[in-house]
This record gives sequence, C-alpha cells and structure tokens, in this order.
Amino acid sequence: MGSALDILKAGNPPRAAFLDYPLGHTTGKPHQPELQREIMIQALEGFTSLTVPGQIKMLPFRWDDEDWKRTAMSEGDARTPRHDTPQYQTEEDRVRAEANATVSCEVCVVSA
Amino acid sequence: MPQAPVEYIRRITDNYAKLGYKAYQWVNNPEVSPWTPLQKPLSQCKLGLVASGGIYATGQVAFHFKDDTSFRTIPTTVRTTDLRTAHFAYDQTDARKDPNVVFPIDTLRRLVKEGVIGSLAENFYTFMGGIYSSRKVVDDLAPRLTEQFLADKVDVVLLVPV
Repeated sequence: MGSALDILKAGNPPRAAFLDYPLGHTTGKPHQPELQREIMIQALEGFTSLTVPGQIKMLPFRWDDEDWKRTAMSEGDARTPRHDTPQYQTEEDRVRAEANATVSCEVCVVSA
Repeated sequence: MPQAPVEYIRRITDNYAKLGYKAYQWVNNPEVSPWTPLQKPLSQCKLGLVASGGIYATGQVAFHFKDDTSFRTIPTTVRTTDLRTAHFAYDQTDARKDPNVVFPIDTLRRLVKEGVIGSLAENFYTFMGGIYSSRKVVDDLAPRLTEQFLADKVDVVLLVPV
C-alpha cells in the first residue's frame, strides 16, 4: 500500500494499492476503525484481483478536502536533523529501553 | 473535483535544488517485477507485514535518523497503546494518536477474527524508512527482512511504507 503514487510507481512492486491521503496515513485516518477496515479490505482484495506485474489498484477514498496537496512537501526542508542516537517518543520509553538493555547483558562490564 | 496525486519526486527534487543540495538519486525499477500468483484464498493465508513508519514498542530501542537500517520485531499480540513512532520525514501527530494509520495492527487482527485473512504471523517488522542509501536497503535491510518472512513461513506480505 502507498500514498505517494510516483514513488510507488518508481519502486514498481509486484502489486500495489494507492491511497490518496497525506503522508503518515498509509492505512487510514486516526480512530476511524470502520474506514480503516474498508480501506484494508479493498487493498487486500488486490492480492486476487491484480493479475499483471506492477499493476496499481487506485483506492476510491479521498481526504475531506484537498488543500493539503498544495503544501505537501513544498515548504523547504523542515525535517529534524539526522542524529545517530535513538529518537524516543517519550523519556519514559528511553528509561524502559535502557533498563531492558541492562537486564539483557549477561556480563555487564562497567569501566570506571 | 479531485485533484491529481502529489508529485513528491518533483517537489523534493525542486526543494533540494533550491537548498543547494546534490540531486537525490531516486530508486527506479523499470524491469517487470517478479510475480507469484496467490496460491490459496486470503482466508487461508498467513500474513506478514513490514512497515517503514518508524514504529517501535515501548521498551525497545527507538530508531535513529542517520541511515538506520535496523528493524524491530513487533509481536502481533502487542498492545496498541504500547506502540510509538520515531521518524523524521512525516508528521507523526496522527500516527501517535492511533498507530493503525501506519501500522494497521487492530485492523488486521479484526480481519482475522472476521475470517477475511487466515492468520497473522507471530511477528510484524518495522523500520525507519528515511534511509538515504537505497543500496543499504537493497543489500542489507531487505535481505534480512526476507529471511525473517521465509522463517515465519508467511504466504503473503503487506508492505506499509510512509
């Protein structure tokens, strides 16, 4: 499944379903389980209905209005700098992950 | 009147040119993709999934943003409220409210209950798709994921990029 049609075409997977939603919503809108289910059923249906390699099934769902298309990816590079350290969603996640790492090392060597 | 799909490749290429960056070498696979017809009805298939939206479960190490080619193994019994995201190239607001928009775990569990899909693999896989080097994906990440799917003996794999 994909929400960037040109990138999907360039990648050229054996079979695909395209959902014309803003990036970050490849499988639906948040907290709309009925819509998410319908999108998934129609996408999965491509496993049987698509019979030509590289074919893309165009899903019929639309975002409420299409204003998002004007600004999508057109406002410079506003992305986060490329850190090479884990980027936790919450501080609590960091604490948990670091606690797990401590538990899982069989012989923990701490250099002074 | 619906508008045409966004041309991401052109827009990103224009942005890079404006910012004075080197042109990005986009992946382009013009050859006919390998084809295997479905061997049995979806209602009898075991489904695997890989998603590139930077999803991890709390307790796991989050992704970093510098060509991170690692992946996380997410048990399909995971609690949805334990799912998190770490990604630099899309707006994560909705994904953090409801991970199902980039990692359709509840949707797929429901479709198994309804009999649309036979079963889910024991684990799904996730990575952070903002990897600049497509070579690292082709030579390193993709083969490791393929090995996982072969070991998991799945019949179909759903790819959920962002």
